Amino acid sequence: MEKIKEKKEVKNIVDNNQSKSLQKIDIKNVKVWYDDFNAIKGIDMNIKPNSVTAFIGPSGCGKSTFLRLFNRMNDYVDGFKMEGKIKIDGKNIYKKKVNVEELRKEIGMVFQKPNPFPKSIFENVAYGLKIQGIKDKKFIEARVEKALKQADLWDEVKDNLKKSALALSGGQQQRLCIARTLAVEPSIILMDEPTSALDPISTAKIEDLIFELKEKYTIIIVTHNMQQASRISDYTAFFYLGELIEYNKTKTIFTNPEKKQTENYITGRFG
Amino acid sequence: MNSIQKNRLKDQLFKIWGIVCTLIGLVLLIIFIGDIFIDGISRIDWEFITDLPSRKAEKSGIYTALMGSIWILILTTIISFPIGVAAGVYLEEYSKKNRLSALLEINISNLAGVPSIIYGLLGLELFARIMNLGASVLTGSLTLSLLILPIIIVATREAIKSVPNSIRDASFALGASKWQTIWHQILPASGGGILTGVILALSRAVGETAPLIVIGALAYVPFAPSTPMDEFSVLPIQIFNWISRPQHGFIENAAAAIIILLLITFVMNGIAVYFRNRWQKKWK
Repeated sequence: MEKIKEKKEVKNIVDNNQSKSLQKIDIKNVKVWYDDFNAIKGIDMNIKPNSVTAFIGPSGCGKSTFLRLFNRMNDYVDGFKMEGKIKIDGKNIYKKKVNVEELRKEIGMVFQKPNPFPKSIFENVAYGLKIQGIKDKKFIEARVEKALKQADLWDEVKDNLKKSALALSGGQQQRLCIARTLAVEPSIILMDEPTSALDPISTAKIEDLIFELKEKYTIIIVTHNMQQASRISDYTAFFYLGELIEYNKTKTIFTNPEKKQTENYITGRFG
Repeated sequence: MNSIQKNRLKDQLFKIWGIVCTLIGLVLLIIFIGDIFIDGISRIDWEFITDLPSRKAEKSGIYTALMGSIWILILTTIISFPIGVAAGVYLEEYSKKNRLSALLEINISNLAGVPSIIYGLLGLELFARIMNLGASVLTGSLTLSLLILPIIIVATREAIKSVPNSIRDASFALGASKWQTIWHQILPASGGGILTGVILALSRAVGETAPLIVIGALAYVPFAPSTPMDEFSVLPIQIFNWISRPQHGFIENAAAAIIILLLITFVMNGIAVYFRNRWQKKWK
């Protein structure tokens, strides 16, 4: 049985044309506390599949906290408490029965600072598969190659996959982190200011990458860079002091915002 | 003299004071080692290492004591390494940060400061008498394990603390469980630091005398131990034993044994430094 299943998966890598991501995210009246601090004050929102949604807002507005709710990364924070529902594909991910590890295979995350493991490039990308108990070497190699190609890194590293990931440049490291996330084949990718530690050229590469990835994945990106949000996202959500102020098509938000606060922030008058 | 000149003078004075302080320790150590070498180096040969202890100084060797030390070293490693590292991992990765864990932490730090002879008394009562293990290698190893456990736990925690949180985040975000994250990422990344701590703790255990005397290892033992239940002697006790004899020949023997003991601890510390440097390089 095991063998047959693996073979099937190998075939899937070869012709993975059909998009896997059809999952939409429904957020209902979500509130978050850290001890007594009310970080998120009741947010309702729908995130559309196969699109890029940008979260913008001044520092401390809760957008990163909000992002980390989707793969339950806040669970480890001391004093974290949450109310409300987040449904992905109709299932509430904060139900007791939910297997958090399974959830995180479906919902990948790329962090602000590139954080490769102190291991080889290959091991970095293969890690997510190996912890699932996959042992088939050919399968892993095929997935690693595919993920590195998707992340536009393959040509730069294909000859030294055994080299330490820490020897790569910052931009390459971040693309490696994206490849590592893609290797597990999630359907949603969360990005927490993925380019804020990178130079403009590396940033441009990652932005191109995000543009390509949205065909197959649902992407949510937190960014401090207004131009970035307007360049790459389809939808933009503006947060302020733990509340969702405005959420609309990116074009509308940047050309004709409904709220005065949004306009002020986008034009740089505050924040 | 204006204030800038004054400050420069103070700076110079402090620098000289610093050099003097550094040299005091170093010079004393060199004089001590030099003195020992003059007394003992001529006594070291193969026979000295392979001979059993004897009433005659020139016929005496350190074989039984050296074997005792090696037995103690191996058994203490086997006992203290898994327990110490597991406790460190638990305290750093699993335990909730509450009053109980704070209490545990303070106690472990305090234990590291308890005089070693107290551990000897505990070992005598608990292992030698209540558990009826006698003055055996096992009793000695268990006692020394208690002594160095706090050091290993503290070193493990420091090493684990220095692994950046971003590594944990990355591992969790890929769907790894806590144990997978610890086993595949945190332990390999902190391994050098943990090993350094363990080796330094063990090199302390090799040099310990007082707790072993208390559990009864001072008795004359003519044979090297062959099981963990055998009686034993160790190098520091052999040295202590020889120094307390009046004949001059035994003083030479003691000096020679000190050289061997120093050699063992220097080599162990050297290995520890090697691991530390390799580990630091990994993160740069």
